[in-house]
Amino acid sequence: MSLVQIEKVYKKFGDLQVLEDISLNVEEGQQIAIIGRSGSGKSTLLRCINGLEPINQGNIHVDGDLVNGQKTNLKLLRQKVGIVFQSYNLFPHLTVERNITLAPTVVKKFALADARALAHEVLRQVGLEDKIDSYPDQLSGGQQQRVAIARSLAMQPKVMLFDEITSALDPELIGEVLKVLEYLAQQGMTMILVTHEMGFAQRVADRVVFMHEGRIWESGPPEQLFASPETPELDSFIRAIL
Amino acid sequence: MLLRDFGHGDILLLIYATRWTIALSLIAFAGGGLFGFAFTILRILPIRLLNYLSSAYIQIIQGTPLLLQLFVVFFGLAILGWDVSAWTAAAVALIAYTSAFLAEIWRGCIQAIPKPQWEASSSLGLGIFQLLWYVIMPQAIKISIPPTVGFLVQVIKGTALTSVIGFVELTRTAQLINNVTLEPFAVYSVIAVIYFSLCFPLTSLSRRLERRLNVSSAN
Repeated sequence: MSLVQIEKVYKKFGDLQVLEDISLNVEEGQQIAIIGRSGSGKSTLLRCINGLEPINQGNIHVDGDLVNGQKTNLKLLRQKVGIVFQSYNLFPHLTVERNITLAPTVVKKFALADARALAHEVLRQVGLEDKIDSYPDQLSGGQQQRVAIARSLAMQPKVMLFDEITSALDPELIGEVLKVLEYLAQQGMTMILVTHEMGFAQRVADRVVFMHEGRIWESGPPEQLFASPETPELDSFIRAIL
Repeated sequence: MLLRDFGHGDILLLIYATRWTIALSLIAFAGGGLFGFAFTILRILPIRLLNYLSSAYIQIIQGTPLLLQLFVVFFGLAILGWDVSAWTAAAVALIAYTSAFLAEIWRGCIQAIPKPQWEASSSLGLGIFQLLWYVIMPQAIKISIPPTVGFLVQVIKGTALTSVIGFVELTRTAQLINNVTLEPFAVYSVIAVIYFSLCFPLTSLSRRLERRLNVSSAN
C-alpha cells in the first residue's frame, strides 16, 4: 500500500464542488508537487489529507490508516502527517524553542531535555540554531517559515504537506525556504507540496499534478508535463506562469 | 419620631458597611470567574448539546434584569422550601450574573484567536484541551484582561441591588441611615463617593491595560 492513498475523493463546500473524483497515490520518499490556478482545489486537497477538512465521498489512507473514518484517531494520525502553512502560524507567545518542543512534550510525552535536543537538531537542519531563544515576531518571514518547518519536523512525520509556503514571502526570502525543502527532499522525506514555484517543482518533484476545477487534470513527471502539456488548460496555465 | 443629624458616626457606619459590598463583590468575582470559565469551555467544546445549554444559560441571564434574578433566588427558593438568607441569595444571584457575562466575554476572546492558530496546533496532534491550554488561552487571557476588569465595575455597582432583598451592604445601610436622619442628599452623596472610589481604580486600570495591549499588539 502506498504511504498516502487517495481514492475517488469528492468534496463540496455548500453547492460548490471543490474536489471531484480525486485519486492519487504517493509512495514513501516521493515528492509530489500540486500546481494549478487558485480555486482549483489544491489547498483543500492538502488539508483533507491530514483531516483538517472533511470529505464527502471516497477514502484517504495515510500509512494504512483511514483519515476520514468515524473512529479515526486524528491525534495519532496527525503525528504522522506534518503540515506547513502559507502564513507560518507559529505560536506568537512562545519562543522558537518552545514552539518546537511543545508538541513532542505534550503529545508524544518526550522528556523536556530530549525535546530540547530535538529542537536543536531540527533547527540545525533549517539553519536557525542561533534563533532558538527568539520570539516569532523577532524573525523575518523566511526565518519564521523555516521555524515552522522545523516545528513540523520535530514530530518526525512520515509525510509532510506544504501549503504554498513561499507565497506570503518577499521574493528575496523565498530562496532560503526552498533550500530547506530541497534538503528535505534529498533526505528522502515524503512530501506533497502545493506551490507556485514552477522552477522548484520542476527541479525537485518526482511527479507534478495539475489541478483544474477540482479535478486532477493532468499528472506526470515534471519534464514531460511542462514540456508537452496534453490539455489546453495546462498549456495556458504554464504560459501564464512562465 | 426619632430623628438625628447625619454625622461622623454615620459616615463611619457607611465605611464599615462598605466591607460587605467589597465581600459580596469578591465572592461574585471568584464564583462568577469559576463558573464563567466552566461555561466558556462548555460553549466552545465541539459538543453541540453542551454549546446549546451553555448558550441558553448565558442568554437567559443576560436577557433578564439582575434585580429579577435576585427576586427569583430569594423568593423562588423560599417557595420551593429552601429558606435562603439574604446573604446566600445575593451571592448566588450575583455569581450567576457574573458568570454569564464573563463566559460571554471570554468566549469572544478565545474565538478572537485566529483560526490558523487552532489549525496549526491541532495539526501537531494536540487535543482540544491541550491546544486550549498551551496555545489558545495564553493568547486569549492577554486580550481578555481589559474587558474583564471593566466588567467587574458592573458587578460592584450591581451589588447595590441586593439591598432590595434586605442584604445590608452599602446602599441598604445608607437607606437605613436616611430613615433616621432624613438627609438623603448628604447620605447618598457619601455612598456615591465610596462607590466611585471602589470603581474608579478598576476603570482606570482597565483603560491602562487596554492602551498597553494596543501598543504591544501594534508591534
